[in-house]
Amino acid sequence: MLAKRIIPCLDVRDGKVTKGVQFLENVDVGDPVAMARYYYEQGADEIVFYDITASNERRGIMIEVVRAVAREIFIPFSVGGGLRTLDDMRAVLLAGAEKVSIDSGAVRNPGIIAEGARAFGSQCMVLSMQVKRGAPNERFPSGCEVVIDGGRTPTGRDALAWAREGARLGAGELCINSIDRDGTKAGYDLDVTRLISESVAIPVIASGGAGEPKHLYEAFTAGAADAAIVASIVHYGEHPIPDLKRYLRGRGVEVRDAVGMERSAK
Amino acid sequence: MIAIVDYKAGNLTSVARALDHLGHRCEITDRPERIRAADRVIIPGVGAAGATMENLIALELTGVLRDDVARAGKPFLGICIGIQVLLDRSAEDRADGLGIIPGEVVRFPASVDGRPLKVPQIGWNRVRQTRAHPMFAGVPDNSHFYFVNSYYPMPADPAVTIATSDYGVTFTAAIARDNVIATQFHLEKSGTAGLRMLDNFCRLKV
Repeated sequence: MLAKRIIPCLDVRDGKVTKGVQFLENVDVGDPVAMARYYYEQGADEIVFYDITASNERRGIMIEVVRAVAREIFIPFSVGGGLRTLDDMRAVLLAGAEKVSIDSGAVRNPGIIAEGARAFGSQCMVLSMQVKRGAPNERFPSGCEVVIDGGRTPTGRDALAWAREGARLGAGELCINSIDRDGTKAGYDLDVTRLISESVAIPVIASGGAGEPKHLYEAFTAGAADAAIVASIVHYGEHPIPDLKRYLRGRGVEVRDAVGMERSAK
Repeated sequence: MIAIVDYKAGNLTSVARALDHLGHRCEITDRPERIRAADRVIIPGVGAAGATMENLIALELTGVLRDDVARAGKPFLGICIGIQVLLDRSAEDRADGLGIIPGEVVRFPASVDGRPLKVPQIGWNRVRQTRAHPMFAGVPDNSHFYFVNSYYPMPADPAVTIATSDYGVTFTAAIARDNVIATQFHLEKSGTAGLRMLDNFCRLKV
């Protein structure tokens, strides 16, 4: 049986880690390489970096970050944000990332999912989707609409329909990021996560809203998620990853036991 | 020197980085003479069986790997697709393998007991050590390792299996026969347990 994965998310702008609250008011909290190593040693199962660098000419900085991270941690990590072309993806993968995460770029150009899967394999392609609750009607049977650009732009697409389309095009995993829950610490959107997880044959990652350990438990049980993204719940040291895993294990959730091993090996 | 076989696919650099981190000298190469000159050889991997074999054939490396590495007694490690090409054939692309270990590679079932199974398996799974082996020195039994696979090896001789894992079915996760070692899981992405096994391979005496 696969362990449920806990995946810390680090937003990176101009080579520095920031923490997003509803994608606004980011504040610098540190060096991405040091943060990645810290979470690796804490027993993170994977790490995701979102490059939120605004200007195109500074994007090269992220490749340097990826290269430095790859020398320090020996678990999978993915990179998302601003990846639009096969060349963008190739650069990130060659620099040492295991996976790329595509979001708005895939909505604008769904063909990029299939192209990426053909070029690098489905296991490299994480389709990340921002979803927003609306009135459930015939247009949005799942109750959620896909939005892009940090939640500012509606797409008219139903979340479940887009998830199925992404899986069909060759995405290897789906990350369901609830814009309504992001930064609220009110828990993941369990309904849409479960709906999608039970409708596709690829792993589903819950994202947005983790504030307490029980939210992870809910994501892995009621939400049927295979993995969960964590941000502020771990970034401020309130609930370190070893504590989260101890709690989950105590409630019967299979998690990877890495604590102590990463540190003792040095 | 450890040769990492460059077959124009796969994540070669992550294995090289892990070896660098462990302090072992390695070289990524597709040249037969460099592979012959190496003390140890690794076929890492992500990729499809068909394309991997086509590339190995085009690079004229199949004979080198069979005769000058496997049969010559040189420590030989296959990782992920690198375990699958060791066998006779794979259900993926109906590809013929190197035939170094008798057996075949089959796909995970789409469902188990009427419940759908997500394929590929992506994530951390427990690895049960079914036979004592120097590759496991310092690695606790039932440790988690990182897997990404839709197919798994079924060696004809069960005695070559040194570890199993469970994903819908119980499958062979690692094999060893004399100098030939292979794992279905990614040693270079499995944290300390994976690094430890890589280090064990680099020190293996055969």
